Amino acid sequence: MAKRVGIEVSLAIGEVVRLANADVIAAYPITPQTHIVEHLAELVANGELDAEYIPVESEHSAMSACLGSSAVGARTFTATAGQGLELMHEVLYVASAMRLPMVMAVANRALSAPLSVWGDQSDVMAVRDTGWIQLFVENGQETVDSVLCAFRIGEDPRVLLPIMVHLDGFYLSHMIEPVVFPEQSQVDKFLPPFKYPLPLHPDRPLTMGAFAMPIIYSEAKKAQEVNLEAAKEVVLECWGEFGKLFGRNYSPVERYRSDDARVLLLTLGGFSETAMTAVDKMRGEGRSVGLVRLRLWRPFPFAELRQAVKNAEVLIVLDRAISFGGPGGPVCSEVKAALYGEEKRPKVIGFVGGLGGRDITPAEFEEIVNKGIEISEKGSDKEFEIYGVRE
Amino acid sequence: MTKPEGELTWKDLELGAIVTEPGNASQYKTGDWRSGRPLFDSGKCIKCGLCYIFCPEGCIEQNAEGYFDANLFYCKGCGICARECWAGAINMVPEEQ
Repeated sequence: MAKRVGIEVSLAIGEVVRLANADVIAAYPITPQTHIVEHLAELVANGELDAEYIPVESEHSAMSACLGSSAVGARTFTATAGQGLELMHEVLYVASAMRLPMVMAVANRALSAPLSVWGDQSDVMAVRDTGWIQLFVENGQETVDSVLCAFRIGEDPRVLLPIMVHLDGFYLSHMIEPVVFPEQSQVDKFLPPFKYPLPLHPDRPLTMGAFAMPIIYSEAKKAQEVNLEAAKEVVLECWGEFGKLFGRNYSPVERYRSDDARVLLLTLGGFSETAMTAVDKMRGEGRSVGLVRLRLWRPFPFAELRQAVKNAEVLIVLDRAISFGGPGGPVCSEVKAALYGEEKRPKVIGFVGGLGGRDITPAEFEEIVNKGIEISEKGSDKEFEIYGVRE
Repeated sequence: MTKPEGELTWKDLELGAIVTEPGNASQYKTGDWRSGRPLFDSGKCIKCGLCYIFCPEGCIEQNAEGYFDANLFYCKGCGICARECWAGAINMVPEEQ
């Protein structure tokens, strides 16, 4: 029987990567992700995980090494955060366009300047369009489950795409949480061996990442878009299968006391659990408030989101990143775009908050809800508001 | 490739646009980049082969009589062969003519 253990979430990721029997880990340490790769380096050094650990000189190199290892058909894992994710940037597009599966845990962190090692989602939003499947998790158990599922989804012959699992830097990565690990036999049953259909091999020369003239580039991009879009079915199938085996069920859009709610909050990641506490308090006071959380960020779950918010009057979106000089929060902007064509849709109010490690307490979530309702009634001359900023 | 690139749909592309046929760059016509072509004068050519050596495209071939000529399917018209030919046997002529 699998037992529940208390473990730091970063180390738990290392443990589940061991259970998934990864072949190659290429990574560069960066706060707040360091404990993940540190633990994996330890597991490899101790002979507990039979893998190649490549200690590269930068994140650009880490991602490049991962391309190579995935291309020979090796199960590949890496992790990064903040500036490290940005240094990988150009290579991220190559991984997805070349259809090379790998799993990357991203301990979400703010971007310089000013230098901040603390959490927000600025790093994620900058890599939104890199063509990776992207999931947000909110607690330790979900992190472990998602990393395991990520290997299976990405390596599925119908998908063959890299996946990012986003977890809040520090707020989740450094927490000690209760986690139930699957047994090795369960993992082996759930996660089939990785078989890349066109692996690099001297016996069969291939060209990967060749140049494309204008006459063929659009076709390559269309193929990529169709493929990422279609991955959603496999994500759903995998979570369904996971639920049956392990009894924990996941869906692209998580709903919390939202069915009859007049006002909905929308969040991503670990802040959602704090928001739930706020929702419980407000519900206790008889207020009609619920929460919607996006777990699947790419491919974007349009249908599920529309379904989840269609009966609400006000939808308050909390972003933890800013699109400077633009519409405010990237998530809010996408939610608005997803709902624009709907006949029946809530008023969408955007807040940006929790930047660079700034906490948002349950009481503050309540204040966000109150402010959101006020703006929805009285209107505002601003596209969005930065919550909690000192004027 | 089974079809010319211009006829391939997105569904025809290999996984990740991988090229599975080694050496298929030889099917890529670079000759239509050319604005001028080299004309080889066998009366002046001393068969030294400098044009063959200098051609960055590797598209100059030697015929059975030992004279050289450019394969116009690949020749981009850079003019390096004409510049290097010390016998003055190669002239670049504009494509318009």
